[in-house]
Amino acid sequence: MADQNSNGEPIIKISKLSTRFGEHIVHADLDLEIQRSEIFALVGGSGSGKSTLLREMILLQTPSAGSIRILGVDLQGISEGEALALRQRWGVMFQSGGLFGSLTIKENVGLPLREHTRLDDKLIDEIADWKLAMTGLNPEVGAQYPAELSGGMMKRASLARALALDPELLFLDEPTAGLDPESAGEFDQLVRDLRDRFGLSIVMITHDLDLLWQVADRVAVLADGKVQGIGSMAELSQLDHPAIRKFFAGPRGRAAQEEMSPSIPSAAPLPPSEPNTRPSWKQK
Amino acid sequence: MSPENTPATITLRSTGEFALFGAWTARGIDSHLLNDQTISAPATGPMVLDAARIDALDSVGAWVLQKLLLRLSEGGAVVTLSNLRPAFSQFLAVAAEETARLADTPPEPARRPPSFLENIGRNAKALVDQALALLSFVGEIAIAFASWISHPSRIRWRPILYNIRSAGFDALPIVGLISFLLGIVVAYQGADQLRQYGANIFVVDLVGLSMLREFAPLITAIIIAGRSGSAYAAQIGTMAVTEEIDAMKTIGIAPMELLVLPKIIALLIALPLLTVFADLLGVFGGMIMARAQLGVGFGEFIERFTKAVSITAYLIGICKAPVFALIITIIGCFQGFRTHGGADSVGRQTTRSVVQSIFLVIVADALFSIAFSALDL
Repeated sequence: MADQNSNGEPIIKISKLSTRFGEHIVHADLDLEIQRSEIFALVGGSGSGKSTLLREMILLQTPSAGSIRILGVDLQGISEGEALALRQRWGVMFQSGGLFGSLTIKENVGLPLREHTRLDDKLIDEIADWKLAMTGLNPEVGAQYPAELSGGMMKRASLARALALDPELLFLDEPTAGLDPESAGEFDQLVRDLRDRFGLSIVMITHDLDLLWQVADRVAVLADGKVQGIGSMAELSQLDHPAIRKFFAGPRGRAAQEEMSPSIPSAAPLPPSEPNTRPSWKQK
Repeated sequence: MSPENTPATITLRSTGEFALFGAWTARGIDSHLLNDQTISAPATGPMVLDAARIDALDSVGAWVLQKLLLRLSEGGAVVTLSNLRPAFSQFLAVAAEETARLADTPPEPARRPPSFLENIGRNAKALVDQALALLSFVGEIAIAFASWISHPSRIRWRPILYNIRSAGFDALPIVGLISFLLGIVVAYQGADQLRQYGANIFVVDLVGLSMLREFAPLITAIIIAGRSGSAYAAQIGTMAVTEEIDAMKTIGIAPMELLVLPKIIALLIALPLLTVFADLLGVFGGMIMARAQLGVGFGEFIERFTKAVSITAYLIGICKAPVFALIITIIGCFQGFRTHGGADSVGRQTTRSVVQSIFLVIVADALFSIAFSALDL
């Protein structure tokens, strides 16, 4: 953990990553760096390996070759103890929530605290309530079970659980998929708030063009097992690669771009190398 | 140990002055910190908490610190927090906002655990509700069945055949093995008693009648309840959770016709056949044991069998099977349809389906025994 305070090192550094399922090649010598306090988005068509990449980053799957360094820890040959410590430093929000059906929402959110801290139940419940409030849920929701919630509420509750241990790094898998435009818009704001207020680094997989244009600092386009382009949406829109063009050429892509274009010059994303300008929970 | 993990502590520096150390984070804080009564405001004068040595602060730390400040200032003492890093103080402000909001909202009334009597009442009501729901389910099945009979072209043969294979044919090995072993056990248990009276040949009556009338149909039904009844409940339950059943309804397919009726018809055909197979293997097991333990040869056994065991005994066993088949499929499907919520509920309903169908199969068997003895069969 000694190098976590160094601002220079990227929070995630993937080099020469290859993944194969039998004959099927998912990633071929993929390189990627994600900076601290950055909102980073992975996009790519179905089967481009972005979900696999996410699963490899969060230790659910092992790549065939190559290395992944997250928060200064090399994931290759990581011991159980190190993996456990690392897992407590990031939060993951799964596409369909991944909330435990047998627990209430409040218990779901408090579960990481119950497992990994020496806090008593009363305190955990209070903090769970606070996290729910942070994600915009009413305290009454806490007593309900996941099956009783709407899709948008599930996503928020899942985010609250991912935030339970105050992670430094947050992974979001399709955070706005299946949300109505209003909830999706609120989610954009929520993600930005989290980064601005808590200095979180956020890595997300998304197809939501609004989220990409409005929130993401940098976007990587995955195709043919490699990163085909990386940069802000404005930069990517200038590139001339077939896999990237697909995102901008469609009518939806153009609409989202036009919506943004008047403000593009002023809305250049904050350079990710200045994390200290934002307040942070942790000492830098 | 990195500064991230040094536990959060408070020490008394001088009267009214405390120093805070360590990582005030989720992992660094012990709840005892908040309840430590030695940390309290002095009787007179101001109180100072020096936060210069706080290495890390996260939302849990901010929350606990805020709660601590609130507790200390309860008695009216003036508590000041000094030297907190600017980066941290912002989060303390957020926590303060939240605690203030929490103090404004009235605490939700604590839920009282139900009394003993209330529990009995609730359980009884749930039981009655379930029985009524089962009755209406049986009614729905009857209606669906009637519509099949009146429109035979709508009968779905493919799922029926599929279910005969999966619930019937695929179960042959396990049903055969268990009834074979049961035949051996029955003959073995009887052998000692019969040998004492020199009535060795009566092992045929014992094995033949008990297997054909009771054991074969019962054990087959129990195996199928565990094997297929649970599968029905789990399949339909999962479909209910993933909204497949709702989708089926919107497309215009009656779930009863696609999911329930084929299973019932398939098991009505398969279970009697499986029972015959179990009869065969059970008696065969008894035959082997009779020869090994009692010296009753195969030829002798079969000769006696034709005299001792009437066709009625065989038919009595077989005629129970369709009733058991109805119980198993109806309970399995019924519990599947009652699933709502998530994975948890699927597990609960599946367990219920197996327990209830085995229970009801045995109850039905007992009722058969009473009925047959009243009829002198």
